[in-house]
Parts: sequence; structure tokens; C-alpha cells
Amino acid sequence: MKVLRPIIAVIALIVAGGVLGMSQGTQMLVGVILPSIAFLVLIVGIIRKVIDWSKSPVPFKIPTTCGQAKSLSFIKEDRFDCPTSKSDVIVRMFLEIFLFRSLFRNTSADVKSGDLPKLHYGPSLWLWLFGILFHYTFLTIVFRHLRLFTEPVLPGLALLEYLDGFVQIGAPVLYQSDLIFMGAITALFIRRLIMPQVRYISLGTDYFPLLLIFAIGATGMLMRHYFRVDITAIKQLTMGLVTLNWANPGNIHPVFFMHVTLVSTLMIYFPFSKLMHAVGIFFSPTRNMANDSRAKRHINPWNDPNIKPHSYAAYEDEFRQFMVDAEIPVDKELPSASAAETTEEVTA
Amino acid sequence: MYDKGKVLLGLAIFLVLALSVVGYNMTAGDNKKPEPEDAKLKGYTACVKKTDYMKSSHMVLLNQWRDEVIREGKREMVETADGSLMVEKSLQNGCMKCHTSKVKFCDTCHQYASVKPYCWDCHLAPVEPTDGKEAH
Repeated sequence: MKVLRPIIAVIALIVAGGVLGMSQGTQMLVGVILPSIAFLVLIVGIIRKVIDWSKSPVPFKIPTTCGQAKSLSFIKEDRFDCPTSKSDVIVRMFLEIFLFRSLFRNTSADVKSGDLPKLHYGPSLWLWLFGILFHYTFLTIVFRHLRLFTEPVLPGLALLEYLDGFVQIGAPVLYQSDLIFMGAITALFIRRLIMPQVRYISLGTDYFPLLLIFAIGATGMLMRHYFRVDITAIKQLTMGLVTLNWANPGNIHPVFFMHVTLVSTLMIYFPFSKLMHAVGIFFSPTRNMANDSRAKRHINPWNDPNIKPHSYAAYEDEFRQFMVDAEIPVDKELPSASAAETTEEVTA
Repeated sequence: MYDKGKVLLGLAIFLVLALSVVGYNMTAGDNKKPEPEDAKLKGYTACVKKTDYMKSSHMVLLNQWRDEVIREGKREMVETADGSLMVEKSLQNGCMKCHTSKVKFCDTCHQYASVKPYCWDCHLAPVEPTDGKEAH
């Protein structure tokens, strides 16, 4: 079971965070030093990866074309599925990044039974739905956390919190984004387990981030709704992190340190994992290139400049005699003298 | 490096966003945790629960009181933590008797942690007490 090791790893992280969070001395280690290092690893790791990626040449023009390319004036062009201009590419990228359009286009084929079994193609939107819910609620949650990292609290956050807790269930108020987030990540995990074809291709590195992020959400919600940790003490610690004025006010519940350990792990893991799709989307040549190879010549960056282009006409000029001798048809015949010679040979 | 301009621009935007929080707090100035005002005990020697509990869970207690009083009509008094006197199960007539200032008691931490409780949507906030020195 490829899912077993990630489960063990996440449980180990939770236990480690909890144990280290229990005594005043190790709290500093796991609550202050670890997240600071993790943040550095995240930033430096992403920059290094981006620079590494940017050194890779794109030899071919390879946009995925999913619609009618620009053609004759009376043929309707599919601008965003087969973009030919830079602005169309930007729109296509925007739709991809903010609406996950290529996932939205996902289809599935199945056989519907009836009098005669019938092959049926239809949209398959569950992955898109849970994916987009997960990503946007995660973004909301990250923004909401800024209240712990800004003093005075960033303007606009109060409105976000108000809207997120609009239904006013319980005290502290339950956030809708938390519920949707936990539901979506659970669905994404279960999807990998129950769909045989997806399970077959799933590796430990697919399960681990899902479980890790689930554990982050779970410890976060426990902190708010069950243990009800001292938020002002936590803000003292987090403000210390962002002002480089490190402090441990003490009296913070161990569950907070579990949460921080898991988040730090996520930050350290991020640059070295599939989670880099967040940055990699900008470097996808199948998405970020315009389909204009008939209008503009794409130069392969690793072409040897000493090798000059060799047209067919020049090729034929070079090898005409051999081609004629081998009876390969040529565009331009040999000079007349030899041309007569050849016809004689043929007739003879 | 290919597309140097675009890549460096992207990295610059990323760095600015990632470090903006640090920058914001550097320009924002004082970010010390404010301390709520001590209670002015009026005939009591203690609160209804211990300080640690009240710090983390006062909202749960207030919600519970609201449900008991408004929905079940249970208006009996509550014992203080040291088991002495009885406190009225009420925000305005109970809690705010000792914690006289909403601004100096409730709002200090709530503002720091960006918590906007909806108590005062219905309740009248008590008139802020004026210190003897300030009021002539």
C-alpha cells in the first residue's frame, strides 16, 4: 500500500510536534526556529527551481491546440483554445490559473445499459469541482491567517472574516471556508483511494501532501473550536516571527505546535514536490506558447549556429546527378547535354 | 536563462509578495500585545471562572448563558470561581459590572486578534467610564 508510508509520516510529524510543543524549551525550536527555516527553504527553493527551469530551452513550438486555429476569414477561430496572439495566450493562461479550465474540460466515457448498450461521453467535473473548492478555500484561509502576521491588522481582513463566518454558528464562529476546505481535501483523497485507475497511478508523493494538508486543517480547526488556544499569546509568537523579534510568550497549547510543525513541513516540502505546479503552470510550453508557428519561425535555442539552413533546392543542386542516376524524380532536370544522354539510356 | 526579463519580473513579484508582510510590520510600527484593563471588583473577590478558562473560552460561556437565559429562561445566579458570591447571568448586568470599560477590556484583545464578536449587535455597550483625572 503506497498510502501507508505517508500516513505514518504524517502521524509521526503530529506526534513530534505535539511532544516538542509540550515543554517551554523545545517550543522555541518547533514554534520559532523551524518555521523560520521552513519559510527560507520555501522562498529560496522556489527561486532556485525557477532559475533551473528557465535554463531549459524549449526546442519546439508545442502549444496544445484544443480548437480551430486562425484560418480563412469565414472559418470561426477558437481564440482561447488555439491562441495565435500573445494577448489570447494571456487570456488562456488566466483562465487556466484562475478557473482550472483544462480540468473543466475533462470528459469520461462509459457504457449506458438499455435495450442496446450505448457508449456515452459526458463531462466529468468532480475533480475540477473539488480541486477549485480546495484551492480557493485554501487561499481564503491563508489570507485569514494574515491577522496573526500584521499589526495593525491588514484592512479588509475583517470583512473577509465577517463574510467567511456569515452564518454565525457557534463561538468562536465557524468559517464556511474551513468546512468546504476539509470536505474538498477529503474528497480528493478518497478519489485516489476508490477509483481503481487513479489509485493505480498514485504514489506516496500523491498521498503525502493530501494527508499533510488535511492534518494542517484538522489541527487548525481543533485549535479554534475544541482546545480554544490563547490567540493573543499565539499572535505574540507569530508577530515575533515576522518582525524578527523572536519570542515565546509561553502558555501555548501543544496543538499549536503540531499545527506549526505540519505547516513548516509543507513549506519545506513544497519546492521539491508536485506542489510546484503552482509555479510550473507559468512554465508550461503547451499552455504559454501561441500557436503561430506558420506565421513566425521558432528557433530551437540549441541549434548549432554553424549549421546553416539547407533548402531542398540546394539539396537537389548538390545531389542531382546521383538522383537522376538512381531514377529519383527531380524538380530541375540536368543541363540539356546530359539530359539527352539520360533519355537515350531510358529508351535503350 | 531563456526569457530572462519575464522570469526575473515574475520572481521579483513573488519576492515582494512573500516579504510584504515583513515590510508592512516594519513600517506599521508598534506591535506589542496590549493588555486588557484589570477588573474593578465591585463586591466580588473573583470572576465566575479562572483566568485561564476565561481567556480562552469566555465566548463559549457567554453563548451558553445566552441560550440558557433567552431560550430556556434559566436566570439563576452563577457562583464565582472561589465559591463566594453570586453573579447575574448577564453580559450587561453581570460581566460589565466589574469590567466596566468595553474599550479597555473587551476591545484591546479583540482588536489585536481581529475578532469581531456580535455581542454588541443587540446589547447596548455600557457608557465608557471617565477617569476622575480626565473628567473635570
